[in-house]
Amino acid sequence: MFSNITADVSYYKTAMDLRVQRQQIIASNIANADTPQYKAKDFDFSQALQGAMYGRQQGDLTLAKTSTRHIEGSANPASGYLQYRTEKQSAVDGNTVDMDLERAAIAENSMQYEVLTRLISDKFSGIKSALASPQG
Amino acid sequence: MSLFNVFNVASSALGAQSMRLNAVASNLANADSVISSDGEPYRAKQVVFQATPMGNMGDLSQGVAVREVVNDPAPPRMQYDPSSPFADDKGYVKMSNVNVVEEMVNMISASRSYQTNVEIMNTAKQMMMKTLQIGQA
Repeated sequence: MFSNITADVSYYKTAMDLRVQRQQIIASNIANADTPQYKAKDFDFSQALQGAMYGRQQGDLTLAKTSTRHIEGSANPASGYLQYRTEKQSAVDGNTVDMDLERAAIAENSMQYEVLTRLISDKFSGIKSALASPQG
Repeated sequence: MSLFNVFNVASSALGAQSMRLNAVASNLANADSVISSDGEPYRAKQVVFQATPMGNMGDLSQGVAVREVVNDPAPPRMQYDPSSPFADDKGYVKMSNVNVVEEMVNMISASRSYQTNVEIMNTAKQMMMKTLQIGQA
């Protein structure tokens, strides 16, 4: 059980990092809801998490190792590949922020973040109860 | 912690929206002004927003800044009032070019955006508190 604590927690950590990044990008979209020519951006969370777990960033190439003497590149911090949102209704000022969509996205994202904090807590409390002596 | 960036972004939006609200207040207050400080009829002021990168996150977190405050190019409203000391030879007075309906719409939009950004701050704060509670169950 203990051998995979680090792996488990680092999985949650990566997911939380990505959730924080997504929170930032959605907050930027909402902040710029009245900025002319601003284009709303977002990234695909599940793709970004998968990419981070396989140790490669989307849109980036990893170094190929052809010799055992090649140095292992340190893993890049996980980050999502930003894409523009497709707009449902166009605005005269060229802004593509859809407030309903962004509000829903930020609520969903913060909820998922809280789920992750709960999962980590549960992991720790599981370890705590395993460590507790049965004799009390 | 990069969640603090959300605060920076939201507070930049709060600042920008309150400047917009300030401009609306000036415009509405001067909707019937005949002469402004430069001797010409009052021109409506409009703020221009611009996206600005916040922190060193690049495209990831973009706040708002007021790029400039421009004078509305619309022509002044002509009002027939021959008794006014500012009337021209045909009896018309150049009034301010403030469009009151437009300013009311601007005001509602600014206050809605302000509220939304306050909510974003509250959400970020809640997320931080949850983070601090990890392992305390």
